[in-house]
Amino acid sequence: MSTTEAAASTGTNGNGASGYRWVGTRPVRHDGLDKVAGKARYAADLNLPGMLYGHILRSPHPHARIVSIDTSAAEAMPGVKAVVTGADFPEAPPKGATRNLMCTVIARDTVLYSGHAVAAVAASTRREAKAAAEAIEVTYELLPHVLNISDAMADDAPVLHDNLFTRGVEPRPTEPSNIAARTVYERGDVEQGFAEADIVIEREFSTQAVHQGYIEPHACVVDCDQEGKAVIWASSQGHFKVRSATAEVLGWDTSRIKVIPAEIGGGFGGKTTIYIEPVAALLSTKAGRPVKIVMSREDVFRATGPAPGAIIKMKVGARNDGTITTAKAWLAYENGAFQGMAAMLGCMCVVSAYTLDHLYVEGFDVVLNRPVNVAYRAPSAPAAAFAMDSVVDEIAERVGMDPIDLRIHNCPSQGDPTPYGPKWPMIGLRECLEAIRDSDHYQSALPAGQGRGVASGFWFNIGEASSATVNLNENGTATVITGSPDIGGSRASMALMAAEELGLDVHLIQPVVGDTEVVGFTDVTEGSRATFATGMAVVEACRDLKEQLRKRAAKTWDCDVEEVEWVDGSAVHGPGEQEPLTLAAITGNAKRTGGPLGATASLNARGAGPAFSVQVADVSVDQETGRVTVERYTTAQDAGTAIHPSYVEGQMQGGVVQGIGWALNEEYIYSDDGNLENPGFLDYRIPVASDLPMIETCIVEVPNPSHPYGVRGVGEVGIVPPLPVMANAVADATGVRISDLPLSPPRVLEALTAAES
Amino acid sequence: MSRTHVNCEVNGDAVDFLTEDGESLLNALRDELGLIGAKEGCGTGDCGACSVIMDGRLQCACLIFAPEADGAAITTCEGLASADELHPLQQCFLEGAALQCGICTPGFLIAAKALLDENPDPTETEVRYALAGNLCRCTGYDKIVRSVLEAAVQIRTPA
Amino acid sequence: MRYAAPTTIDEARALLASDADAIVFAGATDVVPQMRAGRPEPSMVIDLKKIDRLMSVSLDGDTWQVGAAAPSSALTSNAAFAADFPGLTEAAGLIGSDQIQNRSSLGGNLCNASPAADSVPALVVNDAVAVIAGADGERRVPVADVVTGPGQTSLAHDEIVVCFELARPAGGTSDAYLRLIPRTEMDIAVVGAGVRISLDGDGVVSAASVALGAVAPTVVRVPAAEAALVGSSLDDAALAAAAAAASDACNPIDDKRGTINYRRQVAGVLTRRAAGIAADRIRTRNGQNGAS
Ligand SMILES: Cc1cc2nc3c(=O)[nH]c(=O)nc-3n(C[C@H](O)[C@H](O)[C@H](O)COP(=O)(O)OP(=O)(O)OC[C@H]3O[C@@H](n4cnc5c(N)ncnc54)[C@H](O)[C@@H]3O)c2cc1C
Ligand code: FES
Ligand code: FES
Repeated sequence: MSTTEAAASTGTNGNGASGYRWVGTRPVRHDGLDKVAGKARYAADLNLPGMLYGHILRSPHPHARIVSIDTSAAEAMPGVKAVVTGADFPEAPPKGATRNLMCTVIARDTVLYSGHAVAAVAASTRREAKAAAEAIEVTYELLPHVLNISDAMADDAPVLHDNLFTRGVEPRPTEPSNIAARTVYERGDVEQGFAEADIVIEREFSTQAVHQGYIEPHACVVDCDQEGKAVIWASSQGHFKVRSATAEVLGWDTSRIKVIPAEIGGGFGGKTTIYIEPVAALLSTKAGRPVKIVMSREDVFRATGPAPGAIIKMKVGARNDGTITTAKAWLAYENGAFQGMAAMLGCMCVVSAYTLDHLYVEGFDVVLNRPVNVAYRAPSAPAAAFAMDSVVDEIAERVGMDPIDLRIHNCPSQGDPTPYGPKWPMIGLRECLEAIRDSDHYQSALPAGQGRGVASGFWFNIGEASSATVNLNENGTATVITGSPDIGGSRASMALMAAEELGLDVHLIQPVVGDTEVVGFTDVTEGSRATFATGMAVVEACRDLKEQLRKRAAKTWDCDVEEVEWVDGSAVHGPGEQEPLTLAAITGNAKRTGGPLGATASLNARGAGPAFSVQVADVSVDQETGRVTVERYTTAQDAGTAIHPSYVEGQMQGGVVQGIGWALNEEYIYSDDGNLENPGFLDYRIPVASDLPMIETCIVEVPNPSHPYGVRGVGEVGIVPPLPVMANAVADATGVRISDLPLSPPRVLEALTAAES
Repeated sequence: MSRTHVNCEVNGDAVDFLTEDGESLLNALRDELGLIGAKEGCGTGDCGACSVIMDGRLQCACLIFAPEADGAAITTCEGLASADELHPLQQCFLEGAALQCGICTPGFLIAAKALLDENPDPTETEVRYALAGNLCRCTGYDKIVRSVLEAAVQIRTPA
Repeated sequence: MRYAAPTTIDEARALLASDADAIVFAGATDVVPQMRAGRPEPSMVIDLKKIDRLMSVSLDGDTWQVGAAAPSSALTSNAAFAADFPGLTEAAGLIGSDQIQNRSSLGGNLCNASPAADSVPALVVNDAVAVIAGADGERRVPVADVVTGPGQTSLAHDEIVVCFELARPAGGTSDAYLRLIPRTEMDIAVVGAGVRISLDGDGVVSAASVALGAVAPTVVRVPAAEAALVGSSLDDAALAAAAAAASDACNPIDDKRGTINYRRQVAGVLTRRAAGIAADRIRTRNGQNGAS
């Protein structure tokens, strides 16, 4: 079944089946031509006259005190125009989020991971900058380091921050530790739940840290002038965030900074923070010239992004009829060098795809000598789902129930309590389960020798602040300006919603991502929020415009505005005494009816719709080498409403494949001395085209009542199920359950060999 | 610092540039000639974002020393379209939504062109293996592979 | 750093001899990534691709001459060569992507001296000889003797590998190369196994060579596995014995790509499978000959 057929077979999306003219269609995206022609400008593509190249020197040690930094040799090197170290930046407060951000951008007295930025140089050429950075002499006093959760949580572990005391423990600890926070969610009485159970399964799982793996390394160009103003061209998921964070790190007023969003070459959460912009800004200020910094791939792996590894212990009880009675979970997540909230998110997600009367979930956020965690698609949810859905699969096997039926049997519905507090709004988990159950894939017999696995996944999605400005041009076209960087086709979705509202051909609408000075504040493109929240702002601005258009028509016709309706892109006179006025006719005449037409909406979007995905895979396993081959894969996901189904499918497929990579071969490998051993794509193994089958998609549409078109975010949840899907499929193929990821050939063969003896 | 003068043909145009000997052809194309279509995703031959066709052979521009290009003929993504028409691969990528962030797209287009020049009727498996040197982290490859197969059909059977 | 592109071997050698810090390169698919990873830049890089003899692949009587700088794709696109050495061609065709194979050379693969180099076990089982140009003219060295340790060769600074000589296999002989990588492409071998087999008219193995990559500091020839195969008709017992011998011959390390145990186990599996493939190739060819 082709992707399109699969999508169409759900019957609700695509080509106006829902009653929409534009929403649900698949126009060529507006920014597409530049991208296939090689003209689109990403941050590294910009060169300015007189521009210098910046190069950042990074720590070769995972934990050390910086005794001294001698930059004199570097400053004397050819082409060098500026050198900065931590001492050139404002002092960081003793603790808190600001300190963590400031000290991630550049180390102060201590380096906390191999790859931590220590100093930087700006020079006339890349090679001069690199040579000079390497000539900076840093004297380190080595400190003991910790690289994994168990070691970091041990009583005698070397402590990263002597002012970090575990939050969420009563009474508050008096000794500092690497456990930044403890989170607990509970309901009912788990002991009672276990007493009611016929079977109890208890397992321990581990996952490894992985990288978002965007193909575009972090890059920026910063031009600071003599009046203290800075223009930043950034590759980022949120240019307003680049502005505020850069200002925070430099102690500048935000109004000194203008950020221009370049095209962004992938982010997946990893470009929701900053690393290099303040460094380039300071170098540019010192040198009085624009400065470009482009990270090497090695730096990207060593110093940005990882999504955390985790250890999760699960104990789940169920009755013989498949009812899950209770779950007890213990989760510990890596945070990297500074505190994050990975475990808290994991706790919120771990049992969310199931109705439970009794649960106890306890999580620990752990700091260690690795780069700081950054969001990666549905952060923390994949590891949590790996644990829970592996156990659920075992329960299905033990009670002899189809794994989808068992999930339907335990599926939460609207009004049920979520594990983390509020009640579920309208959700589409059951519909996703049914879509997979009824799919051609699930209905087809499993080819001999293969194994089949299913799993489900949950992610919250978020709303937050967005702004949009819609201007109608004199020729009847429209420009839609938003503040959401387009990381996967969201401009096309903005144009489609505007087209639907205004009744204008989508090709007459130009969607634009505006810089920080032309459009209102907009939060980072994260949490699957762009089409949801920024889309809401676009719709609101368009509705405002429709009001204005009706008024202009009323003025032209000299009638009451109540007599004017807006139908299919034209003002229609209710009583029928006037010929309809097209949008172009009104804008063409706008000077005479009150001037140009434009509208702006800024809002805090509420009511983001929770997202669910259910997936199935068939795999084969080479029993002699442990290699796993994905033979077939199908994913169902609740999109609410698919505004542009092709890009919804694209998000689903991309998330699935990232999850497959995480499950099978991706992992951060550190040497004992704390250095990353695989900081390149040859040994950090993201899936390549020949590793995969087509990823079949079923878009499920359970509209989100809080959005004018029913949109839920679609960007993230797809990455959640593949981890347990792969583990369950391998278990089905081999009869051996593996609870540690990745399922790389050595690990699988080891498990098979152990099971044999 | 001395720089070397390189003469070559890029997308049919005779061009020349000055380069440090140790620079990559990728940086020369991007910085000296302003051809920004080829991207650096890794600089070490692993991602294919810098793919160009040099003297008829698909290569990573990040692994080519710029002076090697002297006397060579190079095709980049910018050279695929004609004045009034996109290359069928470009058109199929657009219509098939084969790009999300688009950073990998120029490299995929060039690699796919090299494939179809040699094998106008590839199977899905052949497409997947031919494109294995091009990493895409956004799409999961599904729509890229479909778009290449569709372009192959269009090239074989012009309208 | 200077770039030089000599057109003769003598010129290239003179450049090398004039500068102790200069290096030669063909595809630079090892040289450039190593420089990016922090290896100091040499003062000069000498491009070997403008020297005709290093780029040509030709059959001279019963001997194939494979230019040391010829890209892998020059082998994979050469049907006559591939028919004589399907396993070696396979190995060359496994190196990286199409982009890499349009640059990567056998000379570079060998002289980079990585224990995991794919073409080396395949060259070794085919008794390939490296022709090396040095101050005293040319010398001929079995490929197995060129690499002395990880990153180390027996070449003097001003010596260049010119080409590889490979005698055409007699009838009833074929080769195969298999490697284990976690993905399907773009990985470095965790284990590689090259096997060459000769079958007599009765389907009995009359000669065998087995060589393993990535399981020791240098390529490992496995006489015990060869002995287990010779005289057998590739029955399960003989294949199992060869596999066990291959596993025993490994002297691997634990590293980011695999564990000691894994490499041992898989070396045996691949040896057995490669022997089967080589034998199948002979049988298919004989079958075709019989039919014609
Ligand atoms: C993405 C990628 C994937 C790869 N995958 C594989 C793989 O799957 N299997 C594998 O084995 N390798 C792989 N490699 C490594 C590399 O491509 C091979 O080793 C290749 O054969 C090297 O050939 P080259 O011509 O590019 O060598 P170069 O980089 O040009 O040279 C390598 C070394 O050999 C020396 N040298 C080169 N030619 C000669 C000569 N004629 N005489 C004396 N010394 C010489 C050079 O001085 C240098 O030290 C991969 C590399 C990359 C970038
Ligand atoms: S940039 Fe050349 S292959 Fe990645
Ligand atoms: S579209 Fe983003 S990497 Fe391919």
